[in-house]
Amino acid sequence: MSTRTVLHEADIARALTRISHEILESNKGPENLVILGIPTRGVTLANRVAALVSDFGGLPVPVGSLDVTMYRDDLHRNPTRAPQPTQIPPGGIDGKTVVLVDDVLFSGRSIRAALDALQHIGRPAAVRLATLVDRGHRELPIRPDFVGKNLPSAREERVNVRLAEIDGLEEVTIES
Amino acid sequence: MRHLLDTKTLGREEALRILDVAEDMADTQRREIKKLPTLRGKTVVNLFFEDSTRTRISFEAAAKRLSADVINFSAKGSSVSKGESLQDTAQTLQAMGADAVVIRHGASGAPRTLATSGWITAGVVNAGDGTHEHPTQALLDAFTMRKRTFGDDSRGRDLAGLRVTIVGDILHSRVARSNVWLLDTLGADVTLVAPPTLVPQDVSAWPVRVLYDLDEAIADGCDALMMLRIQLERMNAAYFPTEREYSRRWGLDATRLAALGTGSMVMHPGPMNRGLEISADAADSPRSTVLEQVTNGVSVRMAVLYLLLAGATDEREDAR
Repeated sequence: MSTRTVLHEADIARALTRISHEILESNKGPENLVILGIPTRGVTLANRVAALVSDFGGLPVPVGSLDVTMYRDDLHRNPTRAPQPTQIPPGGIDGKTVVLVDDVLFSGRSIRAALDALQHIGRPAAVRLATLVDRGHRELPIRPDFVGKNLPSAREERVNVRLAEIDGLEEVTIES
Repeated sequence: MRHLLDTKTLGREEALRILDVAEDMADTQRREIKKLPTLRGKTVVNLFFEDSTRTRISFEAAAKRLSADVINFSAKGSSVSKGESLQDTAQTLQAMGADAVVIRHGASGAPRTLATSGWITAGVVNAGDGTHEHPTQALLDAFTMRKRTFGDDSRGRDLAGLRVTIVGDILHSRVARSNVWLLDTLGADVTLVAPPTLVPQDVSAWPVRVLYDLDEAIADGCDALMMLRIQLERMNAAYFPTEREYSRRWGLDATRLAALGTGSMVMHPGPMNRGLEISADAADSPRSTVLEQVTNGVSVRMAVLYLLLAGATDEREDAR
């Protein structure tokens, strides 16, 4: 088994900065944006992206979290997961452009679940997807709009994202 | 979690897990679309050998909000009135493909028999058995106390130091028993108040303080005052002289409500006998949590069904 670090602290910071600029560029400004993270690490990343977007755009952008546990299609294949809190900003998501933020994009099934969950909360004008790492192997027709790093990987390999707020260090590693 | 049979053997971690998942379920119930797709394709059978309105409806609502299919079975007008045994009833449900059985039975221990007999592989939830336990009621009471005390900051907290006084028919009350064990596990201090005839004999082995005078208990102060229903259907022996006397000495009337600190909540598991154990003033006061308890009951039962049914069970893992 070997472990290789593919992103260091500075790389993660640069990737998030670039993603934040791209979000502003594609949205033509910070208006009407809502940024939602998918627990656990997606929420941490969403908070950072929202802070950067607010900073670059000059307008505070609402941020929240969207738990997808209860919408997953693989619940009965795994031990019971505890759901995480969902926090939708007070303005809601109706008519807004929602940017979903996740740490690793893999099969696309979490995002499928997230789209279902969103539909139960409101009707956004558009939904975009930002991910720190895209490791391929999609099982559904889902693609990210904003990617930190494309990381070609074998299906058996493990991609770990570690963030200071949760894990005490900043890195992305790949285990094979 | 495989079954939920009692709170006596429910550990602190497991209890907090149920309460925390219930918080998430409660959040989803504030959305425009309350239904979650989580238990699609699962079947929950409500097997009720005793009359019940709110518990059965609450379980039914919980199962439906999670998209499970619900089959209601009540003993009246069923094959049970033709003399079918619990075993045959259970095996019939098994043959129909029940994934969870919610059972209320007049005999203490019936849910445990169902869970351990090997008749069925479904998860069993005790919805009240005889004078033994009613675990989901205790969980929703604890959830309500935690929510009133800590508000949005409830997740992960127990009830350490909370003073809870339970008043009324302790002898026949499965709600009181379940509450005593769960509240003790969660660190609360429990006081029981009842006429001496309605205190169980084995109460000295319970982690509680027993008083016989409600005014004394109210003067001591408490954070939650839980009034139990006088179960008129079980009052076949003379436990107290008259209802009026009970009401005067152990009922929560306007005077006692005024003597109770404004910070204490008034709880009742329902259905209430207004004017007997609880006055209308108390039941309708802002300190009363009666309707919150009903709302929270659905969230707590959603959490229990979720934890019972959503994950892979051992058998199902073996089958793959």
